[in-house]
Amino acid sequence: MEHGNTRLKPGEVDLGTTIMAVKFANGVIIGADSRTTTGSYIANRVTDKLTMVHDRIYCCRSGSAADTQAVADMVHYYLQLYTAQEGERPPVETAANLFRELCYTNKDGLSAGIIVAGWDKYKGPSVYTIPLGGSIHEQPFSIGGSGSTYIYGYCDANFRDDMTKEEAIKFTKNSIALAMSRDGSSGGVIRLAIIDESGVERIFVPGNQLPTFWEG
Amino acid sequence: MTSIGTGYDLSASTYSPDGRIFQVEYASKAVENSGTCLGFRCKDGVVLAVEKLVQSKLLVPGSNKRIATADNHIGIATAGLLADTRHLVNRAREEAQSYRDLYRAPIPAKMIADRVGQYVQAFTLYSSVRPFGVSTILATVDKTGPQMYMIEPSGIYYGFYGCAIGKGRQVAKTEIEKLKLTEMTCEQVVMDAARIIHSIHDDVKDKDFELEMSWIRDGPNPKHEFVPKDLHEAAAAAAKASLHEDMDED
Repeated sequence: MEHGNTRLKPGEVDLGTTIMAVKFANGVIIGADSRTTTGSYIANRVTDKLTMVHDRIYCCRSGSAADTQAVADMVHYYLQLYTAQEGERPPVETAANLFRELCYTNKDGLSAGIIVAGWDKYKGPSVYTIPLGGSIHEQPFSIGGSGSTYIYGYCDANFRDDMTKEEAIKFTKNSIALAMSRDGSSGGVIRLAIIDESGVERIFVPGNQLPTFWEG
Repeated sequence: MTSIGTGYDLSASTYSPDGRIFQVEYASKAVENSGTCLGFRCKDGVVLAVEKLVQSKLLVPGSNKRIATADNHIGIATAGLLADTRHLVNRAREEAQSYRDLYRAPIPAKMIADRVGQYVQAFTLYSSVRPFGVSTILATVDKTGPQMYMIEPSGIYYGFYGCAIGKGRQVAKTEIEKLKLTEMTCEQVVMDAARIIHSIHDDVKDKDFELEMSWIRDGPNPKHEFVPKDLHEAAAAAAKASLHEDMDED
């Protein structure tokens, strides 16, 4: 019996990646690197891995570019339908569970690690992570992708509940920069987005303005 | 207003010259001849009360309930053909569950009302099926609070603060209109519900009846349940007493 192949097919485009989402006082910060690879070739060095599925709900994509784009498109469709039928914005939990349903039901054929984050009027800001198998976990902050393995220690040591917006931005930026400097599959620029009640603010950090640490 | 639809009333897929679908109107007749059913949307929840007519003394009391639950937060009371009722309740349960399966959240009140309404309406389109002979009262509590909807055999539905369907609905509606429902709690409404059901019951035409009452109260985990036994008995006793009061007046 095949052990359920979730590995990328040969030649498939890979979001090697470092992705991250952090809940702070009134909103969430999401961030990602910008490298997409096919093997060792960098197919896109300025990728936008932060994808909108609704006004105040974004997802961070890692794994197969094709798989995550397809799943995000479907969730976007379902959420538009939800808004039309219910007349209000969907809760982040609903969006996250739609991702979960797709990722779990199709776990054998997908390679997708997704972090869903956003703001809704019922719970305020929230972060949900949906790793490879299709389980769902609500967390105060979440890191994902191949680069995340290098920053677990840094994140655990530096995260605090109820950071201010500026503190949360600094935390996210630093973490992703550190991951990018150690993970070969992560790099390029840092893209951030801040989601709160009033809307979404995008921040772009070019490669020559990345925070630097001990470089050896 | 009863009128004969001669020729235009043989199937639900035929309009009459004045734009009516007689089969759907006849379906409402099935509802009008059934035991009365009341719904009250009050300050902190929704109360349902049914005059369950009992055909025979051999029937086990409490069997064949007319009030059903479609999900934790949805109560359904119906008037009309009991077999059709069961089918609709089943469908409401499936719709509520399928919503939960997809969105991992309880179905909002206006959505379950819409889904039941759409389903009922579908049976008014074809000559190969007949319309449901049922009017349904949905009692729900969702994120926006308590709400009550009534769906007719045509598939039309409206949101109500108070509604009555079945035999004694005219008298019941007048009584319900006297109540200031938005200022009353469920406990207070239960007393009035029992009183109204007892007062509209026709002892001459219908022999015996059972009073069924249920409620669903606002809160973090709303649950549709039958009114607790002691409150039910107190309400029924008070209702019977007030009937005798009326009869003794000079």
